[in-house]
Amino acid sequence: MDQIPILKIGDCLLVSIQVDMHDRLALQLQDDLTNKIVTSRARGVMIDISALEIVDSFIGRMLNNIAAMSKVLDAVTVVVGMRPAVAITLVELGLALTGVRTALNVDKGLELIRHLIDDEQDPDDRREE
Amino acid sequence: MAAPTPSMLPQLLDKHQAQLMKDWLAGQRAAGVVVDVESDERVRRFIAALRQGASSNADDVKNADWAAARDVLEQISRERALKGSTPVETVMFVFSLKDPLFALLRRECGSDADRLAREIANAMHLLDQLGLYTVEVFQKSREEVIGRQQEELLELSTPVVQLWDGVIAVPLIGTLDSARTQVVMESLLEEIVRTGAEIAIIDITGVPTVDTLVAQHLLKTVSAARLMGADCIISGIRPQIAQTIVHLGVELDVISKATMADAFAVALRRTGRMVVSRAGNGKGASKAENGDKAAGKTGAGQSGE
Repeated sequence: MDQIPILKIGDCLLVSIQVDMHDRLALQLQDDLTNKIVTSRARGVMIDISALEIVDSFIGRMLNNIAAMSKVLDAVTVVVGMRPAVAITLVELGLALTGVRTALNVDKGLELIRHLIDDEQDPDDRREE
Repeated sequence: MAAPTPSMLPQLLDKHQAQLMKDWLAGQRAAGVVVDVESDERVRRFIAALRQGASSNADDVKNADWAAARDVLEQISRERALKGSTPVETVMFVFSLKDPLFALLRRECGSDADRLAREIANAMHLLDQLGLYTVEVFQKSREEVIGRQQEELLELSTPVVQLWDGVIAVPLIGTLDSARTQVVMESLLEEIVRTGAEIAIIDITGVPTVDTLVAQHLLKTVSAARLMGADCIISGIRPQIAQTIVHLGVELDVISKATMADAFAVALRRTGRMVVSRAGNGKGASKAENGDKAAGKTGAGQSGE
């Protein structure tokens, strides 16, 4: 059974989904990812879905779940590289993924994660907001 | 029309073709049908096709035997529809054949009233059907024209413009229905990918009314753009529309600004830029950091250039 690799960059985890997700794979990814966040003490999770052409409601919910789980483990989740067609489909399905931060590509995603982590680490900034 | 004796129409058409053509053309001219150089040829083809159809004894013009006649009519209808003739003018092409044809039948039948009645009923039945068919094709051609125009309008009316590095805008003009939302959404998202924009401004100055459906469509577009990693700002909300939105209880859960200039100022601030007056007269210098009111004033002046 194939597995989705989870790469560690600094205190970020990068998950690049490049195969069609079936349900078992998705569940296993949730498992692996939560484990990895705990063991590597990562602060950010980036999920790259630029290779995905089909995203159904299950995958949409999985992304939401991962974001929620990461949040509990004190890590921010950013979904990057969504294709226009996929975005339209998700919106039509009524899945706006409100709990997930998004960015256009990996570059901007890293920037966003850096920004979010910095914001959290600086308590003075937060109080000002 | 299952007449025991076969219709005399085919022989009649053979025998008096020249006379019938002349009378018909005259009739067409009198009825206001456009008669041009091609009319002769058309009339000849149609009579030949009519003869072919009539001799087959099939009294339904949808039948394969009438294919030639239908072809001629289709061609004429389409041509007329594109030229902008009225349906009456077009269908008179067929109906103006009645008078000369009936005159011919009367002459041929002589005093045989029974036969004359049968022949006329038969011919009328055929010509009426052909006339209706002409109208149908005419209508269809017009609808094709309208459909094509709508498509062109759809493409023309949804430009996506780049305002600045990382800032794009969609000025929406006209009512936002689901078909247009789809086009707007697609072109906006494509443009976000192409330019790598972080902020998209949707300007609805040109949208006449915002009801719950339009608001829903707007929100869909905003959600889709957000999924791509771009933030949306809705601008160009007129006072009346603001009132309508509140009365309808629609919650526009996005940043909204009254003018495109305000939205642009926000976009610049978000992307870490500012506009500074070169003269340094103090008024416009700190505009991008100032409150929204100041930004609106100077911003409006800027866009008016």
